[in-house]
Amino acid sequence: MSATTLGQARRGFSLAEYTTCLTGIVWREALRFLHQRERFVAALVRPLVWLFIFAAGFRQVLGVSIIPPYETYVLYEVFIAPGLMAMIQMFNGMQSSLSMVYDREMGNMRTLLVSPLPRWYLLFCKLLAGTAVSLLQVYAFLLIAWFWDITPPTIGYLTVLPALILSGLMLGSLGMLISSGIKQLENFAGVMNFVIFPMFFASSALYPLWRVQEGSPMLYYVCQFNPFTHAVELIRFALYGQVNWTSLIVVSGCTTAFMIGAIYAYDPSRGLARRGPAGGET
Amino acid sequence: MTAEKSQMRRYWLPFLSVLCFAAASPAHAYIAYISNEKGNTVSVIDTDKWAVTATIKVGQRPRGIEFTRDGKFVMVAVGDDDTIQVIDTKTQQIVDTLPSGPDPELFTQDAAGKTLYVANENDNTVTVIDIQKRTRIGSIQVGVEPEGMAISPDGKILINTSETTNMAHFIDTSKREVVASVLVDPRPRFAEFKHDGSELWVSSEIGGTVSIIDPVKHVVTGKVTFSIPGLRSEAIQAVGLGITKDDRTVFVALGPANRVAIVDGKTHEVKKYLLVGQRVWHMAFTPDEKYLLTTNGISNDVSVIDVAAQKVIKTIQVGELPWGVTISP
Repeated sequence: MSATTLGQARRGFSLAEYTTCLTGIVWREALRFLHQRERFVAALVRPLVWLFIFAAGFRQVLGVSIIPPYETYVLYEVFIAPGLMAMIQMFNGMQSSLSMVYDREMGNMRTLLVSPLPRWYLLFCKLLAGTAVSLLQVYAFLLIAWFWDITPPTIGYLTVLPALILSGLMLGSLGMLISSGIKQLENFAGVMNFVIFPMFFASSALYPLWRVQEGSPMLYYVCQFNPFTHAVELIRFALYGQVNWTSLIVVSGCTTAFMIGAIYAYDPSRGLARRGPAGGET
Repeated sequence: MTAEKSQMRRYWLPFLSVLCFAAASPAHAYIAYISNEKGNTVSVIDTDKWAVTATIKVGQRPRGIEFTRDGKFVMVAVGDDDTIQVIDTKTQQIVDTLPSGPDPELFTQDAAGKTLYVANENDNTVTVIDIQKRTRIGSIQVGVEPEGMAISPDGKILINTSETTNMAHFIDTSKREVVASVLVDPRPRFAEFKHDGSELWVSSEIGGTVSIIDPVKHVVTGKVTFSIPGLRSEAIQAVGLGITKDDRTVFVALGPANRVAIVDGKTHEVKKYLLVGQRVWHMAFTPDEKYLLTTNGISNDVSVIDVAAQKVIKTIQVGELPWGVTISP
């Protein structure tokens, strides 16, 4: 077996073999998602609670200034919709990373990582699968939001797709990077407190940055350096058929950095993944 | 097969010709003039670019603004200068004035564009002007603080609303005298007839309502009320009105509520609220009724509403305290 594997590795793999691997991983993730209906419902309920309850209370906060990409005044619900889309992706990215911790604990990770295909490719497939699942969630959210009068231009539903793929990859690879440092499932609560909440609240998801700047210049700079802010802005502009170049560069850069970090961390021969018996991949 | 083809052609040809026509005829650009009450200017907006293309310095406190019927001039009431200035739309220069009487606010003209009726806010009168001769030809005593002006589609009845008397006065245009007065909710600001003349709509700023009046019986037959979640009722103040040519839809500017209400012209039910700039005051349709422009006094801008889509598509910065708007015919 190992001799054959080594032989194949030397020869390289055909496109068909890569495709089989990709479909296998994506299919597994899709099946897992479809079998966990509660997860789908939970993924939608979270942003909808924000939209229906939180935004209703903050209706009067905005409507005082026009900021790009908007060309007129928008209701608070309309403003926070892109932030909630990014939130869906962030939770999904973290959930994927949680599932990787679970896989490692249960030993499934070993099955994945013994594949003869390069490790970076396996992890990339896993990321793509997670992003695909997040896209389903985001579009389901947009469908419900449409009935709530959040109606971006029709073309926006298409132009937002590349932005969602990129932000999904960024948040997924961030999750993967974090999961490589988590030894047990129980530690995931820490991720909630130390990663998800600070990233979400210190961003432009809930309030425009000029408002943040008025309140606290320090927080404004924190928001500016938060990659989640740029994921939100990338989605916001793309939803209105525009490109926010700064955000595009930041999100692309962060995606690359997080992905390299995650691949490095999951390499058993070096890096962070050299752990105790709980780490299935060692 | 041949029959099928010819049937297809029958269906497709008109469709294609409509498509070709739509592609061949570019969107007509109109010019909108906005009076800026505090800035003492008139902003000119090109509806093709949706941008301010010129700013004209006018007299003090410009409010009521309207095109002459021939589209050559724009008349603007400059209240603190006690006159109406006439702007030549070709040169964008003030070329003349009209003897409006003291503190002119809103005005309306007859269908032929010959006679102008001006509300003199501080004088409790309506001044009648011959537009071509630029002369004052009469005046009519009305209630305290006259403001809203409307003329019936047949031109026989002129309406004036008086802010403090809280009445809509019905004036016979041939006799130039008040023939009836109808009590409405506090501070009536604006009046407009349906195009078929069946109803008169009068907005009340403090009352926050729109009264619907039978113009023959002179009685209020209905009232439109507004309610916006999260807003105090005092913040909802009905001001400008815009009725579509088919009389099916009425747009109501709600002042400090920063919303324009869309009301069903038949059932009088509020269908939707659109968020616009702060303190939305008056409105005007483009002649093709594709767009409705609103002046937003406190945020110093003009919002553009796509009438068919019932959406606000753009907001454009203009001068200080935009008040009235008129669009080239």
